[in-house]
Amino acid sequence: MITADAKVILEVRDLTASVNGVPILKGFDLTVRAGEVHAIMGPNGSGKSTFSKVLAGHPAYVVTGGEVSFDGRTLLDLSADARARAGLFLAFQYPVEIPGVTNSAFLRLAYNTKATHEGRDELDPLEFDDLVRERAKLVEMDPSFLDRSVNDGFSGGEKKRNEILQMAILEPRLAILDETDSGLDIDALRIVARGVNTLADAGNAMVMITHYQRLLTYIVPDHVHVMVDGRIVKSGDASLALELERRGYEWVTELPGEGREHHGERAARPAA
Amino acid sequence: MSAVLQQLVSQPYKHGFVTDIESETAPRGLSEDVIRMISSKKAEPDWLLEFRLEAYRHWLTMTEPTWQNVTHAPIDYQDIIYYSAPKSKKKLASMDEVDPELLRTFEKLGVPMNERAALAGVAVDVIFDSVSVATTYKQKLAEVGIVFCSISEAVREHPDLVKRYMGSVVPPSDNFYAALNSAVFTDGSFVFIPKGVKCPMDLSTYFRINTQDSGQFERTLIIAEDDASVSYLEGCTAPKFDTNQLHAAVVELVALDRADIKYSTVQNWYAGDENGIGGIYNFVTKRGLCQGVDSKISWTQVETGSAITWKYPSCVLLGDGSSGEFYSVALTNHLQQADTGTKMIHIGRDTRSKIVSKGISAGRSNNSYRGLVKVGAKAQGARNYSQCDSLLIGDKCSANTFPYLTVQNAASVVEHEATTSKIGEEQLFYFAQRGIDTEQAVSMIINGFCRDVFIHLPMEFAVEATKLLGLKLEGSVG
Repeated sequence: MITADAKVILEVRDLTASVNGVPILKGFDLTVRAGEVHAIMGPNGSGKSTFSKVLAGHPAYVVTGGEVSFDGRTLLDLSADARARAGLFLAFQYPVEIPGVTNSAFLRLAYNTKATHEGRDELDPLEFDDLVRERAKLVEMDPSFLDRSVNDGFSGGEKKRNEILQMAILEPRLAILDETDSGLDIDALRIVARGVNTLADAGNAMVMITHYQRLLTYIVPDHVHVMVDGRIVKSGDASLALELERRGYEWVTELPGEGREHHGERAARPAA
Repeated sequence: MSAVLQQLVSQPYKHGFVTDIESETAPRGLSEDVIRMISSKKAEPDWLLEFRLEAYRHWLTMTEPTWQNVTHAPIDYQDIIYYSAPKSKKKLASMDEVDPELLRTFEKLGVPMNERAALAGVAVDVIFDSVSVATTYKQKLAEVGIVFCSISEAVREHPDLVKRYMGSVVPPSDNFYAALNSAVFTDGSFVFIPKGVKCPMDLSTYFRINTQDSGQFERTLIIAEDDASVSYLEGCTAPKFDTNQLHAAVVELVALDRADIKYSTVQNWYAGDENGIGGIYNFVTKRGLCQGVDSKISWTQVETGSAITWKYPSCVLLGDGSSGEFYSVALTNHLQQADTGTKMIHIGRDTRSKIVSKGISAGRSNNSYRGLVKVGAKAQGARNYSQCDSLLIGDKCSANTFPYLTVQNAASVVEHEATTSKIGEEQLFYFAQRGIDTEQAVSMIINGFCRDVFIHLPMEFAVEATKLLGLKLEGSVG
């Protein structure tokens, strides 16, 4: 079971960020500990995806204030690729296509870059093939996908499964799943969820960003946060997601005071 | 375009140095006297002098082509030095006799010579400022009857072959630059593969433009007789200069019955600085004639240099069942302009051609593919497949595709496919999110994009080409 004194992996304090000069994040706070699964829910345009992009270091998003520590390091000082090598993984809502680059070559480079960073040996193509074939089973991905160009011509569901495969290979410390459930049929959703559940352990953490409760019946979160207008306005356990499903987002948008309550709770918590 | 990407594609030219060797040069400008001087310097037979003079007289009646999608200041053909030779007069018997300064130049360029050439299995016919200095492995090749030497030497030793084939594929009157080349060409390579001989090694020539302002007019002639085959590699670099240098080579290939010629080029001439100052003008006529039945000519090129490239390696498919291939990667950066492609002329029955063109544009460059597929009335059963892909890096460059198809009979199939893609911020972010930095990401995308072409390069050349593209796109990042 998760204990309150488990190591803090991610600590976001009063984060503000804008895109093209428009403020999107307006004082975002979040604490994620090892072994936890969090869900961030919220209506369209509330800034959920922006949060994931800002955290991962997308160049179009400008941080205007706040602090983020990741495993005790100042995350915002790192470049996007350094953040990834440090163990931050983003499963994209819309994975990009990279024609001409095979999935296996891409995955191997990503794996070996991280391995080198961590002082481990690189895997040669044959060794890597063994690893990737084994992990591909987790998301029921046909090995023929490995020889195809990255996401090129993949269906929506295949792209999402490919994201989870990458996660399975890179074994991140923190994975952010951005709308991983969108565009998935029920079978694909089940496959993806099983993959995520298998990968979740006491040493890592997951943050799921989702609009709907549907994914959360397969991956049960420890904490659910509701995001409205660039900040978290309400936090709770898995039952909050069900309540949201029942009462709709209007329920929380009408209660802006709830967010401050969460702030106070976090501030009172002893430092980890 | 992000600043990182800008830096990445703004890699300074690494081969910018001038070798300090005394040159014997002709006065600037072109006249019949200059042509006579070139011819007499090279102790040429009368027929060759006549060939030159005829070409020159024809050239005087021609005007520069203007249809290509490039722009440059007018070229003053009277302000060019048409002949320049290293002063060493005596014939060199071995590499030990070569000017050490020259050897150091090749060292800097990484040219495999001496033992390195032996290890790599590559015979190098070195062209330095228009005159052949040394030829390696000639002896070994001669044992199987292969002639691999400079054109000048071929004129002396094998005049009948040269006289018979030179100008047979690219007539002196073919185009403005071919006419100019025919009038003033100084040297180049000659290859003759006799009947039934498979050349046991890749033949390689490294070109290098050295004397400032000296126009370079190379002439290459490769003949493969019945059932012969050869793979020929041409690789080029040039020192950094601030004035434009004109390069107008002519390459002619002749393939007789069932002969197979593979011609590969990696070209990395100085392209000018990021403001477009300096750089080589590369106006080349390359053409292969599949004269015999079931003969095959394959062009593979990796074009990364030159300020302006104007080049259409072509195949004339005369023999029934003959086939032509063109695999090209053209990378342009800064203010480089490339108008390149191929011509596949189907004349014989059941002739086949395949075109795979990959254009990469970065900076403010302009990269055009121009290809002609012409299927004649008698070319029943001819087939062509063309694939032209463009990759844009940043948003200030441009790519164009100009396919021309002329089909004069109903019993042939011509297919053309074209795509344009862009290395965008989202792709680079995707790589970054997987821990891969921009430089590696760009290199991986480019190599993936070029894979269909690189697989047709000989192994060591493919490695060189991959490195070269990396080099061109490597920046002050990381």
